[in-house]
Amino acid sequence: MSSLFAQEVPLSWYLLLSAALFSLGVVGFLITRNLITVFMSIELMLNGVNLSFVTFAHQWHAVKGQIFVFFVMMVAAAEAAVGLAIIIAVFRARATLAVDRIDRMKL
Amino acid sequence: MHLILFLVFAGLCLAGAINLLLQSHPINSALSLIVVMTSLAVLYLLLGAEFLAAAQIIVYAGAIMVLFTFVVMLLNAGREERTLGSRVARAVGFPAVVAILAVIATVILHAQGLGVARLSDGITSTEELSAVLFTKLLLPFEVTSVLILIAILGAVALASHCGSEEQGTGIRDQGSAVTLAGSDNRILQSPQGNAERTGEE
Repeated sequence: MSSLFAQEVPLSWYLLLSAALFSLGVVGFLITRNLITVFMSIELMLNGVNLSFVTFAHQWHAVKGQIFVFFVMMVAAAEAAVGLAIIIAVFRARATLAVDRIDRMKL
Repeated sequence: MHLILFLVFAGLCLAGAINLLLQSHPINSALSLIVVMTSLAVLYLLLGAEFLAAAQIIVYAGAIMVLFTFVVMLLNAGREERTLGSRVARAVGFPAVVAILAVIATVILHAQGLGVARLSDGITSTEELSAVLFTKLLLPFEVTSVLILIAILGAVALASHCGSEEQGTGIRDQGSAVTLAGSDNRILQSPQGNAERTGEE
């Protein structure tokens, strides 16, 4: 029981969690058929990678690792804005969000 | 204490991520993604990244997810259908992803010299972070602001003009978007929607 109140956690556990999050994102990207859910899976992958950046920044006491996560967040925000605008445009043109029905560039 | 916090929030994180995949309605997926991002913010705090924990909640769980839920509700997205493509992706994709995860896990577990995280490690203060960000990394920071400006312009241009038949003002486009989203049935019953559906089947 005392081990449950341990004061330290191995960093490899954090890395394993980040690998699991990334893999779940890949699975979601492959199996979901909704454009918005596919996009959310990409965000999940980005979050998994961010966690491993923060873990390594902690390991080597490097501030630049955390700053890189900050940049990733900014790019993700820009990506979300543009991506969702594209989704709105696609929905206006096709009236559907199913990726199987959106398979041609031309109308 | 650290172990308990880690287990609770890592469990929440994984549960949210799995729930994201299992739910068939996008709004449920968006809400479980918020759970994932919020528990990740706690994990950042455990690792001493105080500024990133705040930014994670404000930028990710706040701004980006509000955008997602807003678009899901605006487009009135329904539940998704399972098709042949998803069955193929399941059959091929699952083993491949499991193999990749196994390789990464093996590498991580065999890595030498990985330390431990303690609550007493202290936090990286925002002051320390900004001292590097605004001196050594000033140029990337400014370039990021230009990127965000371009993204804003692109988002506005894409959302206001694409696909609208009448070249109206931005306000009229906004109005048509609202009526588009307001009644999904009306779109599907309109002649254009019918022609498109029959054309595809």
